[in-house]
Parts: sequence; C-alpha cells; structure tokens
Amino acid sequence: MTEAPPLLQMSGVCKRFPGVIALDGVDLDLRAGEVHILLGENGAGKSTLMKILSGAQPRDEGEILMDGRPVSIDSPKAARALGISIIYQELMLVPQLTAPANVFLGKEPTNPLGLLDLDLMKSKTAGLLEGLGIAIDLEVPVGQLGIAEQQMIEVAKALSENARILVMDEPTSALTASEIEQLFAAIDRLLARGVGIIYISHRMNEVERIGHRVSVLRDGRKIGTYNPKEVAIEELIRLMVGRAVGDHFPRRRTPPGDEVLRVEGLNRRGVLSGISFELRRGEILGVSGLLGAGRTELARALFGADKKDGGTVTVKGRIALVRSPREGIAAGVGLLPEDRKTQGLVLDLSVRENVALTSAKRLSRFGLVDVTAEAALSQRYVDELRIKTPGIEQRAGALSGGNQQKIVLGKWLATGVDVLIMDEPTRGIDVAAKVEIYELMNRLTADGAGILMISSELPEILGMSDRILVMREGRLVSTFSASEASQETLLGAALGQAS
Amino acid sequence: MKKALQLLTRSRRAGTLVGLFLLGALLSTLSPFFLTPSNLLNVMEQTAINAVIAVGMTFVILSAGIDLSVGSIAALSGVVMAERLHAGWPLGAAILCGLLTGAGCGLMSGLLVTRGRLPPFIATLGMMSVARGAALLFTDGRPISGFDESLRWLSTGRIVGIPVPVLLTIVLYALAIVLLNRTRFGRYVYAIGGNEEATRLSGVAVGFHKTLVYVLSGVTAALGAVLLTARLNSAQPIAGMMYELDAIAAVVIGGTSLQGGLGTLGGTLIGALTMGVLRNGLNLLGISSFLQQIVIGLVIIAAVLMDSLVKSRRR
Repeated sequence: MTEAPPLLQMSGVCKRFPGVIALDGVDLDLRAGEVHILLGENGAGKSTLMKILSGAQPRDEGEILMDGRPVSIDSPKAARALGISIIYQELMLVPQLTAPANVFLGKEPTNPLGLLDLDLMKSKTAGLLEGLGIAIDLEVPVGQLGIAEQQMIEVAKALSENARILVMDEPTSALTASEIEQLFAAIDRLLARGVGIIYISHRMNEVERIGHRVSVLRDGRKIGTYNPKEVAIEELIRLMVGRAVGDHFPRRRTPPGDEVLRVEGLNRRGVLSGISFELRRGEILGVSGLLGAGRTELARALFGADKKDGGTVTVKGRIALVRSPREGIAAGVGLLPEDRKTQGLVLDLSVRENVALTSAKRLSRFGLVDVTAEAALSQRYVDELRIKTPGIEQRAGALSGGNQQKIVLGKWLATGVDVLIMDEPTRGIDVAAKVEIYELMNRLTADGAGILMISSELPEILGMSDRILVMREGRLVSTFSASEASQETLLGAALGQAS
Repeated sequence: MKKALQLLTRSRRAGTLVGLFLLGALLSTLSPFFLTPSNLLNVMEQTAINAVIAVGMTFVILSAGIDLSVGSIAALSGVVMAERLHAGWPLGAAILCGLLTGAGCGLMSGLLVTRGRLPPFIATLGMMSVARGAALLFTDGRPISGFDESLRWLSTGRIVGIPVPVLLTIVLYALAIVLLNRTRFGRYVYAIGGNEEATRLSGVAVGFHKTLVYVLSGVTAALGAVLLTARLNSAQPIAGMMYELDAIAAVVIGGTSLQGGLGTLGGTLIGALTMGVLRNGLNLLGISSFLQQIVIGLVIIAAVLMDSLVKSRRR
C-alpha cells in the first residue's frame, strides 16, 4: 500500500536533562484523521515529548517531519504556525474573558478604525463551536462555564489557528460521563476534518474506545506502537510499568466494625440537603455522582472546611460540631482534598514540613518546632508509603503527582485519623501509583479507620468500595452494596433515571 | 557562567550578598573614607531603623501580605512613647506603651484582613492614614522633644565599641530568625504564604496566625520608632514618611517573594544593608540627593529583575 507521508513523523528524538535522559531516541508518527494514544507512567517522557513537539522545549537530537518535510520547531509560536496545538490539563484560558475574547486572544480582528471587531469574533467563535457540535453562551466569562465547555473553547481556539495536529493531555480527567461522550463526539468531527490527535490518558478504557493506535513510553523510550483492538488492557499496563501490576483494584474487604461516623440531616443551603448515612470502621464508603452533585461539598462540610446550616455529625459516638478544619481534625476526621496542588500541599515547603503540618502542635514544645522529631516522622512515612524523593528536605512541588498524593496521605496517617475523606484520591496519578494508594486504603481500613471515598471513576468506585452512595443535586439518592452495583446502575441513579 | 547561575538559583541570598560586597568594593575604591571603621559603624547605625522595621515586614510579605502602615505606626507609637516620658513615666514603661500602640494598630490591620476579609493592601493603606492622623491629632501637629540620657543612650551608647542600635538590631534579628525558622508560628507563616487553603485544611488556625503577623509588624515598627526618637531626641508626628517603602525594598532586595512563601530574614538584613551602604556611599561621593533617589530605585529594580531572570531560567 503506497500512502502519502504521515502528517507528523518524529524520529530519534533525544532530550537530556542534567543527570537524566528524559527521551532516548523516540519515534512517533501520526496520520491525519487518527487518534494516537500515548500511554506511560508519570515521568515516562510523555510530557517532555509533547513539549518538544509544541516548541516549549528544544530537543537535543532527532528530526520532526510534517507531510514528509523536515520542519523546525524552535518556539511555541513556530509550532502554532505549523498547525500544532496543545491543550493542557490545566486549561489556559483567561477566566474573566468571554469565549470569543479567549479564542481570539492575541490575534483580535479589528475594524478600519482600529477598534475590536466584536461581531466578527463572536460569529466566528460561534461557527467554530457549532462545528464541534457544541453551543456555549458567548456573553459570560468563561470562568463561569463548566470545565467541559472551557475545554471546547480551547479546542475552538486551536481550530481558529488552523490546527492540523492537536495534542490533548488527559482531557477527560475532570469530565463527567456525559461530558466525555460530548468530547468524544467532538473528536470524531475533528477526525473527519483530517485533524490528527495525540491523546494522553491514564484511563485505560478510553484506549479501546477512541484510539486508532496506541504507543507506550517507559523511562524515556518507546516500548512499541499497537493496535488497541489487538492488545488487552492488562498487557498495556504491563508494558507501561515493565511488570505485571496484578489486580487493578486490590480491595481486601474485612467485616466492618463499630460505627465510626454518623451523619444525620446534613444541610447546606443551596448545596446539600438532608444527607444521612453512617460509616463503620474498616469500611470504604464510595460516593458517586456527576460533577456538581454536591460530593465535594459534602466532604468539605463534614470536615469543617465549609459551614453547614443544619444536621448533626457524630464521630465515634460523640457529636462533633466541625465548624472548622481544626475541629474536624480534633474529632478525628481528615480530608484528602480534590486538588492536591491548591488544597493539599504547600508546594514550596519540603516533604518534611508538609508531612508535619498537621502534627506541628504535637511535635513542638513551647512553640518551638522539634526538627529531629519532624524528620523522624516524615522519614517514617516516606519509607512506609514508599514516597520517591531524593530526601525529606526536597521541595514537595518537585515530586510527581503520585508521590505528592502520598505526602498528603502521610499527613493524615501521621495524625492518626479515624475517618478519612478522600476526594478523587487518584486523579492524575499513574497506574502503578494508583495501586499503591489503594493498598494504603486497605491498610487504613484494616487498622480500623473508615474511609469515605469520592470518585468520578466508576471502575474505582466499584472496585474499592464496600458500599456506594449516589448523590444528585445535593441529595443522597441511592445506596448500593458493592455486589449489587454496576456502572449502569450507578450512572442511572446519578442521572436520575428510574432503575 | 552556568555554575554561577546554579549557585544563584541554589541560594537567592548568595546573589544579594555578592552584590553587597561588590558595591562595598566599588565604594571603597571611589572613596577612601568608606572602609574606615567609623564609617562602617555609621552605615550600620543608619541602617538599624530600616532593618528593624523590615523584620516585621518580612513576616508580613512571607505570609503573602503587605503592610503599608509601618511608617505611620512608627510616628504614632513614637509620639505616644514620648508623651509618656514627658509625663514622667520610667523609660521601660514608656517604651512598652509605645510597643503596645504599635501592636494595637497591627492588631486592627490584622483583624481587618482576617475577619473583615479586606485585601492587606487596602487594610494597611487605611491604617496608614488613620495612624498618621492619630499621631497629628495626639500632638496637635507639634513634635515632642528633649529627653534624658537614658533614652538618648539607646542611640549614642556603645557597648564594647559597638553602637547600641547596631547591637539591638543584631539581637532582634537573632530572635526573629529563631521565631521564623524554629517555631510553629514561623512554619505557619511560610505555609500560609505558600498555600493558604492547604494550610487551613491541615487544621492550622490561619486567621489567628495571620493576625499575629500584622501585630508583629506593628511592634517592630514601634521598635524602629524607639530608635528614631532616641536618635533625633524628638518624636515627630510626621516622622517615618515612606519608611514602609524602604522596608518593602529591603525585603524584596533580600530575595523574598512578594507572592509569599519564599524568603529569609538574613536576606532582608542584607537588603537593608545594601540600601544603607548605597545611601552612605552616594553621600560620601557627594552625589545629589535627587540623583540618589534614581540610583536607589534602579537598584531595587535590578535586584528583583535578577531574581526573576534567574527564576525564568530555572523553568
């Protein structure tokens, strides 16, 4: 079969950082109209490769060809001019500006008087979004729109620059099931136009769902490119981590013990209403629901991070007021927040200082910090949780997502919580680290803690929970036992369909 | 070059220190008087007030705040202390009264920031005007002058040849460095400046510690006022104008990030000394005070520019 040269061909790409070979002779190609999925653990080299493609970092060796001709990509601007756009996980929009203003940021059309041509911007933006099959309010600041809509605005922005190659970095990590479907529909439309998409994901079920080809990176090398229809997910995972991971969800269920948390009639105006449930020692209670169903709000209210308007929280048989995180902690409740970077960690502080942050009171005398005790404590959790760090004095911000999440977890293990609320505990974490987090959850429950786990990943909820609560519009709508729940029943309950 | 840059990134303070030494070397070749012991002590004496006020400012900026009111607080607590002295109070009690005045002003700013949820810029801008007005009202706009030896000694006294203000500054920095680096309070200041929400969710009483930061800033402003009043032998309601900007400049030259969470007191001390050396050197060289302002402004810009260049290189 003779074909036209591929849209994109990267060959022999090398990138060295002091002390590390980030990329070691990587080849990757992309055809027009295909989704090429890039898999790899954090640190495998995916983002470095994409940074090189988008001109954010220079390469040390290797060639990049588009349509068979070598191109020079020495700046993000050059990459965009060639039609290469990248959509990062953290969206790059100005939240205070409207969709048209964002789409045309930096290339605003003007009328002969030199004033902004607002009508043109609006009509073109509307056209681009229509092409994606999406309707968005063009008058409101994009910060007021949902994540999925903002993502579509980024796609529209890329299209406005005549993007031929689109790189998407974990685009579904913050989306609900229905939004994911919408995204996939938009992707199909892009493919039909001949756009090639490089798609980075940690969600294995997406590989088969939308991928035409899948490439696995490990330790800066490409392990291989495969047809997703022909390779099993387990095999891909094994290729990513270089060993068999075994069970994806290694939940070890133990018979639940005494009640450790009881919530009755919890209310928060406009957000939560009449929530009641109980949690036992040794139990993982999963909380499922769509984005905006009030799951995070429930977590924050239980912990004392947000005010509640009514209802009682009973921890270990005693009524706890939990009006502030301090009171929550005093009652024995911990919160692993949704976003470890903005809520879980102080990135500029060291591993030691972060681990000790919840225990500072215990570890100090007359206000003086006992650095030796802190070091011993954090070293203990670095060892126990197998946190990969050059040392406990390393800046927390320099570690990978999985290791950062383990630090946040270490913070709570160090204080000895009875109830741990985990809000999206494995978001943005690679497969191997996910399994480690699950094992730590097993250990916590085996030691008698109760865990309330909020997650948008249905397989995770089903795989790890003993019981599952489903929330919709601030209410608890159903409770399932792990054995009777399935993806369909959970989704049905979350959407409000009678099942 | 690469090595030098690495060194700079590793220690933001090192760069500032090198700058200070280069400046000193340059000035000592330009003026034979610069390196004389008496002139160097003179520089440190002149630096003392700014260095003292900059201690509190460092804490405030590390917590991701700002305090524009320290100059006015210095004026108010200075005249309060002076009035008490004239009323016949013993020195210690009068100083304590001045320090409490500073603490009270800081407490108000702090509560406005934490309870009232005002941006620190606005809260302390208001306090700046209120404290200045209070100082003028309290004194009817007139200075309070003439004190006995015990207060004057704080400015003119020497212990083993070292001027008392210099000694006080050293002691204050030693205490403050322990407070910042070895106590829970200090840890929380860094944590709050680095990520306030994560700190709150770790069960830290963020509001309380933030308020305390402004109280501390008020106290060090009042301490600065003690030194200033002793030196001038007079407390003036219009004293301390623009001191807030000098203090902020010292902190920033010292490498502390205005975004909070990163920085050191050692850096601030070097920053204050850099400004002192610069002023002194320019005076020795007979450069007009108008030109001096331009030079100092450029140095502040250059210091921060260097910092941000190093940071962008690191990216």
